Amino acid sequence: MEQIGILEGRERQVLEKNSGVAQADIACDTSSLSGSVSQRACVFCGSRVVLYPVADAIHLVHGPIGCAAYTWDIRGAVSSGPELHRLSFSTDLQEMDVIYGGEKKLYKSLIELIEQYKPKAAFIYSTCIVGLIGDDIEAICKKVARETGIPVLPVHSEGFKGTKKDGYKAACHALMKLIGTGSTEDISKYSINILGEFNLAGEAWIIRQYYEKMGIEVVATLTGDGRIDAVRRAHGATLNVVQCSGSMTWLAKEMEEKYGIPYIRVSYFGIEDMSKSLYDVAVKFPDRPDIMEAAKQIVSEEVKTLYPSLQKFKKALTGKKAAIYVGGAFKTFSLIKALRSIGMSVVLAGSQTGNQEDYARLKEMCDEGTVIVDDSNPVELSKFILEKGADLLIGGVKERPIAFKLGIGFCDHNHERKIPLAGFVGMYNFALEVYQSVMSPVWQFAPRKGGSL
Amino acid sequence: MKHEHAKTATQNACKLCNPLGACLAFRGIENCVPFLHGSQGCATYIRRYLISHYKEPIDIASSNFHEESAVFGGSHNLKIGLKNVSDQYKPDVIGVATTCLSETIGDDVPMILREYKKEFKNGSPMPILIHASTPSYQGSHIDGFHAAVHASVKALAEKMPWQRLINLFPNMVSPADLRYLKEILEDFGVPYMMLPDYSQTMDGGPWGEYHRIPPGGTPASAIATAASAMASIEFGSTIEASKSAAGYLDVMFGVPAYHLPLPIGINGSDKFFSLLETLTGEKRDEKYEDERRRLVDAYADGHKYVFDKRVIIYGEEDLVIGMTAFLREIGMVPVLCASGGKSGLMKKRIAELVPDMDELGIKVREGVDFVDIEDEAKILQPDFLIGNSKGYTMSRKNNIPLLRLGFPIHDRFGGQRMHHLGYRGTQELFDRIVNTVIEQRQNASSIGYTYM
Repeated sequence: MEQIGILEGRERQVLEKNSGVAQADIACDTSSLSGSVSQRACVFCGSRVVLYPVADAIHLVHGPIGCAAYTWDIRGAVSSGPELHRLSFSTDLQEMDVIYGGEKKLYKSLIELIEQYKPKAAFIYSTCIVGLIGDDIEAICKKVARETGIPVLPVHSEGFKGTKKDGYKAACHALMKLIGTGSTEDISKYSINILGEFNLAGEAWIIRQYYEKMGIEVVATLTGDGRIDAVRRAHGATLNVVQCSGSMTWLAKEMEEKYGIPYIRVSYFGIEDMSKSLYDVAVKFPDRPDIMEAAKQIVSEEVKTLYPSLQKFKKALTGKKAAIYVGGAFKTFSLIKALRSIGMSVVLAGSQTGNQEDYARLKEMCDEGTVIVDDSNPVELSKFILEKGADLLIGGVKERPIAFKLGIGFCDHNHERKIPLAGFVGMYNFALEVYQSVMSPVWQFAPRKGGSL
Repeated sequence: MKHEHAKTATQNACKLCNPLGACLAFRGIENCVPFLHGSQGCATYIRRYLISHYKEPIDIASSNFHEESAVFGGSHNLKIGLKNVSDQYKPDVIGVATTCLSETIGDDVPMILREYKKEFKNGSPMPILIHASTPSYQGSHIDGFHAAVHASVKALAEKMPWQRLINLFPNMVSPADLRYLKEILEDFGVPYMMLPDYSQTMDGGPWGEYHRIPPGGTPASAIATAASAMASIEFGSTIEASKSAAGYLDVMFGVPAYHLPLPIGINGSDKFFSLLETLTGEKRDEKYEDERRRLVDAYADGHKYVFDKRVIIYGEEDLVIGMTAFLREIGMVPVLCASGGKSGLMKKRIAELVPDMDELGIKVREGVDFVDIEDEAKILQPDFLIGNSKGYTMSRKNNIPLLRLGFPIHDRFGGQRMHHLGYRGTQELFDRIVNTVIEQRQNASSIGYTYM
């Protein structure tokens, strides 16, 4: 097989764990190398992904048609009520708009859409060329807000102005403008916000249910099954519980600074981290020992049914090897633990947006010889999958065909998923999906397993 | 119908952006990497969108603009990107398509490419660089598709002695369609140059190792011969003259251009086969006569199910036009022919194929989105919808069945293996249409008939 090298300029973003020697920290938090076919998207993507699940707002993409078309109904973020987030609105800028400006079109679009759909708020996403033609989005938003009486929030998400992470921040910035504008009356002292949980396949409902069973009030979920009114009163919660830390830590920090709400980082994937996310919240309410008791009760009940059901999978999967490449690094920690609990080891772990601290922790957790990558690409991922003999890849839509081409199993851990992977039930679903993909007899025909080309 | 509310914004678009089409077309050139000169997101979103239909890896490189590139021009990023793609993918060709961003700041891409060739002359092997201008604020994905085909021919075709060769520009059709077209040309025993040909790159076999660029596609050397061909056949009746590859070869090299609508239906397919017979002087293979006979027989067997059925057909204009002609020859009434595209030609072209369109009440609308189509559907009350997966939202909401074809098919399996063209494609479409009607009847009946 032809040797595949790492691109010049990317060597420091790839590392193979070797405790025997001193290794420099992995380089990260940089913009993608031109021409490297990064799996990352852009600033707009970061904003869109965070705000997408807010279901009673309209999301208007100001720019040419592509950005709105490619994000129409793209995520499995479900709503228990309104579903405005599943519609795609674009100002669909044309050449003349680029020349003469798109402000009038934006204004008219907003007024009409608000009239027609009666949303609780509107998010206006700036795309690349809006940043160039100089439309005064702020002014238009203010004007429309004044005329319609609803919050109209500009999201500065011009694709080229940074990375996906800057998009997260722009989205959080818009949310921050809403937070603090609602009444906090009647909010219990024993209350939390769930941050960075997007209700993919109803995951936020599963998590919310656990907390409510413990006697804790969930004020707002940001942004899964999101509602503008809930966001507006989020500052009334006692604690922020942050899952997708890459996207929402900034918001948590802002809320801490402005409203004095402390935050903790959690993960809802795998038995260990799921349990810990309940205990970590309970610990924050020491005057109510019943909350901790309830948490213990939930964990013990759930594990009692879950654990035996996992054994069949573990038996089959023990010794199999996995590769992980996902958006946020925090998720990789949980996945490593979850995979270990079903007998699998991890030979490749990486993320699009991890930071220095994440990678240090990742390295600590990984086995010797595990390859760690930041902002990787299809060529590198394939190289390591083959070199390390992985049996499974965990990733998103863009990683899926790489796995299937190479003849290995794949677990969809992305925003499109239709099956909840969070919570205790999610761990079962995860193990089942991994089992069904890795153990499928179809791989016998893969060239990797001796099948013909 | 006028929307009950004023409507400025595009809602649930029935089109995609220009660069997507260019990426797909470049994917149909052998050992070619599509490269978008713009933000990282463009490449990533388009990859994701294409993967969800084709289920194949598709690597699209990006020059990954930063703020500095937007201010000072993207030349530096483009050059680094080209260098990195050359090193990592070792392509024969890089197909550079622009985006709204690079077009708006006014990057002179041809000049940057010339500079790049000079600067890196003695470095790694220099791939052929093709540039297509595809600003997302103009037209839609189909324009990008044609722009890339046109740019490739323009960049590569060179004067050579006449040879017995047919150029085929098949338009944006499925890999299965492309394979069928190649089979037809091979059976005619005529050398051909078909562009693009992503029949293998977007629908190929398993890999033993990672292919930076999957095998398949039209070689650059073959595209070079296009100017020496005895004729070009171009499917599509709304292609802008400035983007018609066949038109370019006609004007520049005197290669006669034959424009046909997408050959869907018996009449459309007959025209295509007759043209091939005329051009090659060969009779079609008996197997196509058989396909045609079976299709005529199937029309007879199924005609009562479909007669006077009212449908809305939407998608790329050329697909809609080809489908409309086919639907008419089986007695169906496309009460609305709709497209997000805006060539200004769709109505005229449909009238050429369906002269009684006005009497039949066939309505044609360009530049519409799915909310417009939905408004129409409420009035027109069609029996079903025909088009890509993106009509599902309105199909479900209004309880109108959807027969999926074209691109994208995101909510069914095997869109890349669906046939649309020629007798074989028409047969497949006809079977599916009849089955849609049968299924509808069976479901609507309280009896539970087992013979339909």
